[in-house]
Amino acid sequence: MMNRKIALERLKTLINDEIVVATYSTASDWIEIFDRPLNFFSFGAMGLASSHGLGLALARPERKVLVLDGDGSLLMNLGTLVTISAAAPKNLIHMVWKNGSYEANGGHPIPYQRVDFAAMARAAGIASVYRANDPESFESAVRQALSGDGPTFIEVEIEEGPLGPRSYKEMYKASRRQRLREALNA
Amino acid sequence: MGNQPDEAQEARAQARVLTGSRVIDAIKRSGVSHVLSVPDLHTAKGLLTPIRSDPALTLIRTCKEDETFGIAAGLNYGNKRALILIQYTGFLYAMNAIRAMACEHKLPMCMMVGLLGKESDVAPQDSAKFGVRIIEPILDILGIKRFLIDDDSCVDAISPAIEHAYSASEPVAFLIGRKPV
Repeated sequence: MMNRKIALERLKTLINDEIVVATYSTASDWIEIFDRPLNFFSFGAMGLASSHGLGLALARPERKVLVLDGDGSLLMNLGTLVTISAAAPKNLIHMVWKNGSYEANGGHPIPYQRVDFAAMARAAGIASVYRANDPESFESAVRQALSGDGPTFIEVEIEEGPLGPRSYKEMYKASRRQRLREALNA
Repeated sequence: MGNQPDEAQEARAQARVLTGSRVIDAIKRSGVSHVLSVPDLHTAKGLLTPIRSDPALTLIRTCKEDETFGIAAGLNYGNKRALILIQYTGFLYAMNAIRAMACEHKLPMCMMVGLLGKESDVAPQDSAKFGVRIIEPILDILGIKRFLIDDDSCVDAISPAIEHAYSASEPVAFLIGRKPV
């Protein structure tokens, strides 16, 4: 297991003009580490980060799209794995950041701690699947995903917390979404 | 003699049709490139079947209806237009996604909602089916513009309404009252 912020700091060094879709705790840390126009913060309907990422990937096939999903969030929308597999966007990298906790909702555990998301992704028909549990395996998985064809799924095992400061008001503000729109359609 | 008005009403009802190809032409005229759908018995044959083989439209099949709204939002930020094709039960299921993306974030979510089980020539709010009856009031509470597409005379409203949804960045709902043929 690794610290989420350390992994996100590593991710910052690996990306360039990719779109990053982040949600809840990971989004709070990501915005602190790398605030940029090409971030999309999944808003208001828990579970749909991967669906937003799929839409962006289909609309912008020339760009890689990285989804930083949570395990609690993915459990709310497991069908997305099958939808992504069938739509098969080559530019979509779907990561689930697994800490076994609804961290943003008070830190209660997800119903079962040993869910094998990587196996679920494979069973859904996603061929390119990786697991990462330390900064080295994480960097290796991201590098391979960025250089190859997807859809790719990465299960990232992280420690719970610590929760940083968060402002959903700031994260979800309209000007931030407008910045993304302008960056994508420039 | 007593049966004559009913017979005439029935004959008029039978004469009214909703032609699926006309609906699809209206969708395409609006610049829609992607259709996001969970199959609905009401529209499966008349709309979804021809859409899946239409080269001008990309069909994305989803497992649940809330996914369609999430995907449509992503497509919208990437400057692509989408139509969501679902049944009224799926509309009810996806309510939180609709609340977030269509209402609070005012994204142009264009949804076509099949009113499975609505009786011919009965207004949705007068349907004997509870689920059908509540759709229009829910849309009104959400502040989402709605159009009843009950026969071919209603189809001309589709394209301008989608154009308006995108230009004003607001949602719109088309309620498919009659099973398209």
